[in-house]
This record gives sequence, structure tokens and C-alpha cells, in this order.
Amino acid sequence: MIEIQNVRKSFGPLEVLKGIDLTVQRGEVLTVIGGSGSGKSTLLTCINGLEPIHSGKILVDGTEVHAKSTNLNKLRQKIGIVFQQWNAFPHLTVLENVTLSPRKVLGMGKAEAEVIAEKQLKHVGLGDKLSTYPSRLSGGQQQRMAIARALAMSPDYMLFDEVTSALDPQLVGEVLETLKMLAEEGMTMICVTHEMTFARDVSDRVAYFHQGIMAEIGAPDQLFGDPQHPETRRFLASVR
Amino acid sequence: MFEYTFQWNQALARLPKILEGAVVTMEVALLSMLLGIAFAILLTLLRLSGSRPLHAIATTWIEIARNTPALFQIYMAHFGIASFGIHLSPFASLLIGITFNNAGYLAENFRGALKAIPDTQTRAGRSLGMSQLQAFRYIIVPQMLRISFLPMTNQMVWAVLMTSLGVTVGMNSDLYGVTQDLNALTFRTFELFAIAGVIFYVITKAITLSARLVATRLFRY
Ligand SMILES: Nc1ncnc2c1ncn2[C@@H]1O[C@H](COP(=O)(O)OP(=O)(O)OP(=O)(O)O)[C@@H](O)[C@H]1O
Ligand SMILES: [Mg+2]
Repeated sequence: MIEIQNVRKSFGPLEVLKGIDLTVQRGEVLTVIGGSGSGKSTLLTCINGLEPIHSGKILVDGTEVHAKSTNLNKLRQKIGIVFQQWNAFPHLTVLENVTLSPRKVLGMGKAEAEVIAEKQLKHVGLGDKLSTYPSRLSGGQQQRMAIARALAMSPDYMLFDEVTSALDPQLVGEVLETLKMLAEEGMTMICVTHEMTFARDVSDRVAYFHQGIMAEIGAPDQLFGDPQHPETRRFLASVR
Repeated sequence: MFEYTFQWNQALARLPKILEGAVVTMEVALLSMLLGIAFAILLTLLRLSGSRPLHAIATTWIEIARNTPALFQIYMAHFGIASFGIHLSPFASLLIGITFNNAGYLAENFRGALKAIPDTQTRAGRSLGMSQLQAFRYIIVPQMLRISFLPMTNQMVWAVLMTSLGVTVGMNSDLYGVTQDLNALTFRTFELFAIAGVIFYVITKAITLSARLVATRLFRY
């Protein structure tokens, strides 16, 4: 369970998160939508402790992410994250990209790590690209590789930050299919996305962020069909 | 007016000795390069450490290495520190001097290379559970070395050429030192140094060419 309690965060004078409260249950798929600069990416990077917060608390399975005593390297093993782009390690083959962390962080042997990596890469449809370098992959394939790489650490949670928005339109589908597949397998996920159809189809709940505030959260049918907040209505009208 | 008669046979008879010197030169250059890369990575880390004194140490090193003559650096590594009662062999002093120079230049190259690697690479590593140091070692350093490969090759060439400065601190087993000693014995100045010059040229050419080969094998991405 991820518990976000009254989290505030600023970059210099700019307050980016203005008191966010949100709980994500195990097995839940939450999608986060909202305008540019509303704090969606920042929230994700706070959840895995890449960014500090100024007040409030984030608990992952009861462990406070920003407590001094928390071993972030350990905590991050159960929170996978995939960013919009530049995820691939260009100097490593696809297989090496995926085995690196299991080997160096979890201390797995090469053979064992490769078994896991191959399994995950097959899972995302890259079983035939093991010895390819990322520069030879399409953007969509790179994103799927990044997903496999995160999954190879056997995370309990997956965070996705607009993983399709840097892709050519014809490559978006294959990545969304992969996310869908994970959702169906019961992975706990927070997906920041601009893909409204995807949000509607796979989410248990959808949260709408506006200028550092979670303006509205609800089931997809409710949020898309009968938005309560005037900003949500305005936003949805603008993206349709 | 032109009374020097070439006596190549006399000089060529010394070729085996000169080649022995060439081997020592290559040893010094290679060692100084390996150590130089290691220290350059350390200097890069010190610069990134966020600690002011460590940053200052690294910057001082790099500034001196890049803005004073290599001869000065090698001299200091021998006679300079001798003033403090530290007496090193010419070999050690030469090695230290060149290593110092290599590390300074390479650290500056690494700094440029780091700028070309997006921050998100470290972020990606950190979010997979790596420590800062692990991300640096497994993700940043390999990319940094690739980007800096050409400057590293140039530095290696420089290292070979810098060994010739060893004679100033009494080094006489390297290519230049051997040649100089033979010259004092035989006075076949032109012939001997011409041979040494050709060998220097062959060594450095071989370095550039083999570096090109290595690059195509190593950097397939
Ligand atoms: N490292 C940073 N330093 C300073 N300001 C930052 C930093 N990261 C983000 N910001 C600012 O914080 C605000 C929120 O950024 P964030 O990336 O979280 O928005 P977002 O909702 O993900 O937007 P987008 O949809 O464009 O990705 C923006 O105004 C952004 O400029
Ligand atoms: Mg964003």
C-alpha cells in the first residue's frame, strides 16, 4: 500500500505539490491525468524518494520513504519506475540492461539473472532482441525494455510517467498493451498518462491533478462521465 | 663545410639496445595511462562530491597538470620532492610525472563527456536500487570512457612522447635515455636520434591505428 499524506513539495519558490492526500491499495491501478506542470511527475519521483519532500509523509508498505533511517536503495527495489524517455543504458545490450540491477543490486549470479531477464523480455515481446543494443530499438521497444528491466527486480509497485508521450503514434499501442497486460496480472500501478482511452479502460481509479492539487479522484466512469470539479471538466473538454 | 659522414652501420648495431629502451618507454606510457585513467576517475568523483575542499584539490591538480610544462611536473616529481627528503628513482619520478599529467588532462575530458550523458541515466540506475556509486560505476563511467576514447588515445600518444623528458631526471633505460647514452659513447648523433625518432613515430602510429581497431570492436552500440 502506498499512502501519501498531506505532501508538500517546492522547487525554490514554486510550490509544485500543495498538500496531496492519496492512498493506493495493493493490486490497484491508478492513473493520474492533468495539465502540464501540475506536479504529476514530481509526485512519482517523490514516491520512490528520488526527490525530497518538504512536509507530509509518504509510506510504502508502512515504511516512510523520506525518513532518515530508510534505506532508499532497498526500498526502490520494490518500486519500479519507467520514465518518459532516456531509460535505456546505451552501452549495454538489451539483455545486459535487464540483468545489470539484479546482478549488482541483488547480487544474483549471471546465469540466474539472465533466466529472469529473458523471461521478462519475452513477456514484453522482446525475446528476439536479447543481444541488440538499445540504439537499434524503436522507441516503443526501448520503453518495453525499460518495463522488463524494472520487472526483473520483482517490484511490488510500478510507476509509469508518460511512457508513451515521446513515441511516434504508431508505437504507442504496443506499449499501452504491455501496461494493460501488467494491470490484468494484478500489478499495483500508478500511471501518469495523457492517453484518456487507456485511463478509462484499465484504471480502477483516475486522479486529476491541477496546479499541485489533486482536484478530483474517482472511478473512470464517474471522472470521465460526470466530472465534479470545474477544472476537470475544462481539462477533459480540452483533450477530447 | 659538410663534413659529417653518415655511419648507419655503427648506429644500427645498437638497434637491439635502442629497442630495449622502446619497450621501457611503452611500459612507462601504458602504466602512466592506466594509473592516469584511475586517478582521472577519482578526480571526477572528487569534483562531483559536493565537498568544497575535495573539489578544490581536484581543481588544483587539473589546473597545474594542464597549465604547466610536463617537464616541470616530472622535475617536481623528482627534484622537487627530494627537497622534502623523498628520493625516488628516475623511473618512479617519470611515471608519477606523466601520470599526474595524464590524470589532469583526462579528468578535464571526462568532465566534458559527463555533460553529454543525460542526468536521467543516473536516475534510471538509482530507481533500480543502485547506490550513487554503483550508478556511476556501471552506467556513467562506461559511457564516459567511450565518449573520451579519442582524447584518451591522444593522451596515450602524449604519454609516449613525454617519456623523452625522463632524461632530465636521470632516466636512462627508456628509448630516449638509451639513445642519449649511446650518443655519448659513439657520437653518431644524427643516426641514433633519427632511429629513435622513427621508433617513436612507429609506436605512436601503432597506438592510433590499434585504438581505431579497438574502438570498432568495443563500441558496437
Ligand atoms: N528539478 C526541477 N527544478 C525546478 N523546477 C522543477 C523541477 N522539476 C519540475 N519542476 C517544476 O515543477 C512543476 C511541476 O513539474 P512536473 O514535472 O511534476 O509536472 P507534470 O505534471 O509532470 O507536467 P508534464 O505533464 O509536463 O510532464 C513545473 O512547473 C516544473 O517546471
Ligand atoms: Mg511530467
